[in-house]
This record gives sequence, C-alpha cells and structure tokens, in this order.
Amino acid sequence: MENLLSIVIAAVFINNIVLTKFLGLCPFFGVSTRVRNALMMGLAVTFVMSCASILTWLIYEYLLIPFEIEYMRIVAFILVIASFVQLVEIVIRKTLPDLYRAFGIYLPLITTNCAILGVTLINVEVESYSFVASAVNGLATGLGFSLALFMMAGMRERLEISEQPVSFRGLPIAFITASLLALAFQGFSGMVE
Amino acid sequence: MKVQEFTKGLVKKNPVLVLALGLCPTLAITTRVENALGMAFSFAFVLIFSNLLISAIKGFIPKDVRIPTFIVIIASFVTIIDLFIHGYSPSLYEQLGIFLPLITVNCIILGRAEAFASKRPLGETLLDTAGMSAGFALIIVLISGIREFFGTGGIVIFGHQFLPFILSSPATGMILPPGAFLVMGILLAMLKKMGVV
Repeated sequence: MENLLSIVIAAVFINNIVLTKFLGLCPFFGVSTRVRNALMMGLAVTFVMSCASILTWLIYEYLLIPFEIEYMRIVAFILVIASFVQLVEIVIRKTLPDLYRAFGIYLPLITTNCAILGVTLINVEVESYSFVASAVNGLATGLGFSLALFMMAGMRERLEISEQPVSFRGLPIAFITASLLALAFQGFSGMVE
Repeated sequence: MKVQEFTKGLVKKNPVLVLALGLCPTLAITTRVENALGMAFSFAFVLIFSNLLISAIKGFIPKDVRIPTFIVIIASFVTIIDLFIHGYSPSLYEQLGIFLPLITVNCIILGRAEAFASKRPLGETLLDTAGMSAGFALIIVLISGIREFFGTGGIVIFGHQFLPFILSSPATGMILPPGAFLVMGILLAMLKKMGVV
C-alpha cells in the first residue's frame, strides 16, 4: 500500500511527466490556452493513459515475453494505443454525443501524444512494475499531466491580458512560464525514495 | 527537383522553431552535445528511410488506413535503430533512454509523411526529409551546446574537449529541466526579434 502511495506521489509531483520528464509537450503548449480545454484534454489523457497501461502490460506479459519477441514492443504498443483510441472515439460518438462534441477533437491527438507510449514503456521496461503498480502509475501520471496542463492554462489566460515584450508574445513567454513551473517542481525532488 | 525543398527545412520551415513540432526530444536529451548528435543521427535515419518507403509505396496504401500504415512503417524503422544503437553504443543507448523508442511518436515524422512523402516523388521526398533532419539537428545541437556550456562550464564531445572549462562556477540549473524551457523560450524570442520566425 505504501509502495503504491509513493508511486502516486512520485508520478504526480516528483517526476511530473511534463515538467521533469519532458513528455507530452505538444499538447502542453498546444492546448493550454484555455482552462476549460486544458481540463478536457487532461481528462481524456488520464483515461487513455490508465487503460493503455493495463492493456500494454497484459500484452507484454502474456504475448511478447512467452514468444520472446520483446523487441517488437514499440510496434505492438503503438498499435494497441492507436486502436484503443479509435475504439473509444467510436464508442463515445455512438453513446455520449454531448461528450463527443466536448472532447472529440482531442481524442485523435492523443494517439501521437508521446506521454502515453512513454508511460507504457516506463511501466514494463524501465521500472518493471507489477500489474497493479502499472495501472496506478498510468492513472497517477495522467493526473500529473492534467495538473501541469491546468496550472499552465491558468497562467496563460492571465498572461494574455497582461503587458509583455513584443518578441516574447505567444510561445516564447509560454516557455519561460514553463521554466518557472519546472523550477518550482524541482523542489519536490528527493521527497520519496 | 529543386534545392529549396532541402533548404526550407533549415530556417524558413524549421520543424522545431516554426512548426513547434518534436519538442519532447528537443528539450529532454539536450543536456549534452553528444546526446544531441546521437539523437540527430537516429532521427535522420528514421525520418529519411521511413518517408522514402512511404513515398515508394504510396500508390498501394488505401486512403482510409494510411495513418496506421505510416505509424507501423515508422515504428519498424525505430526498432531497427533501437537495436543498432543498443548493439554498437550501449552508453549512448543508456543516455537517450526512453527517447529513442519515442521517435515513433515524434510528430515531425508523421507530419512529413502525411503532408509531403505521401504525395510527392522519391527525389523530392529525399531532399525534404534531409532538410528537415538537418534543421532538427541544427536546433538540438545549438540548444545542447548552450545548456552544456552554461551547465557544466565546458563542452566535451565523445571524450574530446571541444570547449575548455572556462566557467568556474557553472549554473547546474541549465542542465536540469527548467534550463531547457528557459533556453528554448529565449531562443524563440531572439529569433522573433530578428524576424527569422
């Protein structure tokens, strides 16, 4: 139990996927202009990331390892993620049209979100997590992503109406903001072994 | 066949600066110049060969399943370079870590496949991808140079002292995550001021 708790704290704060591991930067800068969009994107990513962690762990353990084809993990994982995203999109479109309209455009984008593939690879390769730990790590990393995206969107909304040097307008100031956020998150390092 | 298909990737349509694609490796592995060189090489290999293959077989790919086809082709080339670097340079493999398999989901590669290689002949595709690779390499080597110099005080490339350790008290923050965002932000602002992007 304590172990799972430390995985959660590590994934959300200490090793925040965006601010210390540099994964999922495209949506981090692309969708962080409005708080509402940021929350939607965070929700979609958290959901897909949790399910992808579970699916890819099962495939790695019961398909790739028994046949000794671990080197096929990149191809296998990206196919699983892409088809899963497609499936979710179809199901949501048929059953929950309102929800589909709300985050329909974010779902296809998730396929090429490197944070998803990154987390699934970290689960089986870097950390060799157990099944439950992988699922928890997927969920917690998604929450960490949402947190970073939410804070960034909040600041960018304020930045837009404040005065700033012409050359820094737009992306440059977003990078500087991210730098300060990352600096703050450095403070968490070393909190959990 | 036109030369500008190659040169546009360097500055005018630079994938990182102008199109803001492929940011993850740009910021993550630029702590040292030699990592950036390794990444630039792997990236160029995957981009050029996957797009050449896509351009060669574009007539056979059904339109509806083109994106999954592109992704599988790209993932196959990433697997090749992954095994190659693992076998020939274990230390570089260790340094690049998870960012080597993640070349698969680098949006520059899928972006070029969708926007260029799937519509144009082989020769133009070769020039376009070579230009994009060069543009990407230019930026990550520049950023890693700045970060390694200010973060460690000098630049060492594969055991050779490229720049002597001049700074007596380097700012370690530059090779930590905040430094990456800071350098990128200032670089973009400078280029904007000069009217490049």
